[in-house]
Amino acid sequence: MPEFVLTVARFGFLILLWIFVFTVVGVIRRDLFAGVRSKSIVASPRGVGGAILQGRPAKAKRGKAARQLVVTAGQLAGTRITLGEAPITIGRAEDSTLVITDDFASARHARIVPRDGQWFVEDLGSTNGTYLDRGKVSGPTPVPLGVPIRIGRTSLELRP
Amino acid sequence: MTAPAVPASSPASTGELSRIPGLKTRRNAELGLLAFAMALVAMFAWTVEANQFGTVSGTFWVPPVLLSILFLGLHAVVRMTAPYADPVLIPAVALINGIGVAFLRRLDIARAIANKEPAPGVFAGTGGRQLAWTLGALILAAVLLLVVRDHKAVSRYAYTLGLVGIVLVMIPAVLPGSLSEVNGAKLWIKFGSFSIQPGEFAKLALVSFFAYYLVRKREVLSLASHRFLGLDFPRGRDLGPVVTVWLLSLLVLVFEKDLGTALMYFGLFVVTLYVATERSSWLIIGLLLFFGGVYVAYLLGEAVGGPFANFYDRAQVWLDPFATANYERVGGSYQLVQGLFGLGTGGLFGSGPGGGSPGFIPEVRTDFIFAGLGEEIGLFGLSALLVMYLLIVERGLRAALAVRDSFGKLVAGGLAFTLGLQVFVILGGITGLIPLTGQTTPFLSAGGSSLMANWLLVAMLLRISNAARGPAASGAGPDRPGPKKAPTQLHGAMTEVIKP
Repeated sequence: MPEFVLTVARFGFLILLWIFVFTVVGVIRRDLFAGVRSKSIVASPRGVGGAILQGRPAKAKRGKAARQLVVTAGQLAGTRITLGEAPITIGRAEDSTLVITDDFASARHARIVPRDGQWFVEDLGSTNGTYLDRGKVSGPTPVPLGVPIRIGRTSLELRP
Repeated sequence: MTAPAVPASSPASTGELSRIPGLKTRRNAELGLLAFAMALVAMFAWTVEANQFGTVSGTFWVPPVLLSILFLGLHAVVRMTAPYADPVLIPAVALINGIGVAFLRRLDIARAIANKEPAPGVFAGTGGRQLAWTLGALILAAVLLLVVRDHKAVSRYAYTLGLVGIVLVMIPAVLPGSLSEVNGAKLWIKFGSFSIQPGEFAKLALVSFFAYYLVRKREVLSLASHRFLGLDFPRGRDLGPVVTVWLLSLLVLVFEKDLGTALMYFGLFVVTLYVATERSSWLIIGLLLFFGGVYVAYLLGEAVGGPFANFYDRAQVWLDPFATANYERVGGSYQLVQGLFGLGTGGLFGSGPGGGSPGFIPEVRTDFIFAGLGEEIGLFGLSALLVMYLLIVERGLRAALAVRDSFGKLVAGGLAFTLGLQVFVILGGITGLIPLTGQTTPFLSAGGSSLMANWLLVAMLLRISNAARGPAASGAGPDRPGPKKAPTQLHGAMTEVIKP
């Protein structure tokens, strides 16, 4: 094997190794920016979140289906949960989908359930009650987009 | 408990994830990166043969291709069972694992040439065995992904796991030296020619146990305290578990003669405690306890000898590796100095894969593999590998930040930190920063126990990152079929750990 080929292979390996490192960093970077919409853990003030969503009118118009559950007030403010087809349980119990640390919340406080593309909120017999906007939730109640669900000091709302 | 008035519209069992349009799984990015990583491994193997034989045999591609098939298998399992898992973890680990296999094969080739034997077969020698271990490790990782569909289920077995972990740590200490001692450290269980290192698996069990314990106790640990010198110190009786683990790790240090493992368990506990309570006083207490314990062990080793003597010797080697007395003593600094010479010979760019002479370094297959690799790929190559380790740890911590339950946060944070700490301990050891201890380099060193345990760790991180990045699966609602989970409310403990 000529010396020249060996030298090329030696440095080529190092260069490609670093290109790999930067490719990985690139994937992570794209992931971070995709996360602004879907899985941000950083608390963003309400106005900022709204502005980002208004930047995508096409998506909001398309079905008006709720895509995210956003915590707008309380200790977990800024947490977003991307909605699937599974019900979301809320409470202090460790196995809830959204575990809230709130003195006024029960272990199993409420849940949010989808039916035919519409999400319903249902109180699970909590001590202090669940409120949809101003009204107390007594049975399964449909949740419109952007209307706050209040549990203790925590507020949540559905976003497209 | 109210009956569900809304008819359940979907089969909402945990782990069964339907694809949500608009939410990216990033599995194709993972596949692309994996192909890139395997191309790099193949290039490493090609250059090794070109340097060693002068020509490239027609079979240099066989180990890289076999590895690619194995990793593709795991990739397929992830696509099925954890579609939203982090896309970076598998390719990054696969690169390190692949370079490990290729480098071990390179050592086999060098030995065959020195002994004037034909080139070793694909499954012969240490490289071949490492390839087989990789297969075993990936099977274990896939099984973990298939069995554990929800990481929260692990918390149900937390106390069992804690017991298993402590027993695993203690087995080598109580076994007679002939069954457990290799090179002065009692870390193994030997069955004939086959030996396993139970401590590697113990850390996984211990992380799960610590996480569960701290989820229950964090309120007490973080709130009941008194201020002293501007720091919040916990009450004496809450210190109990920390002191217990500290004593346990010191016992490991004394009876198994291994600073690295002791540092590992203690650091693991202190860091999970810090993550759970957000109190820096725990870090300070932990560091003081550890350094105090180590210093006392050093003084005892000088004065009394006995079980502390090994530790004293290692500290001497660390303090002055180039002293003639240390260099010429049996079990002295010869190994460390050879490793340092290897790194120095490599310089910035290294001698090229297959171009160095790592055979001069004792234990280059296991503890000193980074020194051997450093001679061949130089500072540039080594720092690329270190960045890969850094990124793996970062992705683990990111999963810990994003996951929504505190048990998951603590497990992911603890596992990621353990991996980082292990790389630090062995790398600090071979570069002379801290006293050398016999830790394996994760994913790189020859050895099945380490490879399997670390792949299990990665599988757990994949599982947790899947829960963190995917759409919300149903929590165990009150109408969930099957056996009821035991503790629904954890003794009134506050449950959310990391505030956003």
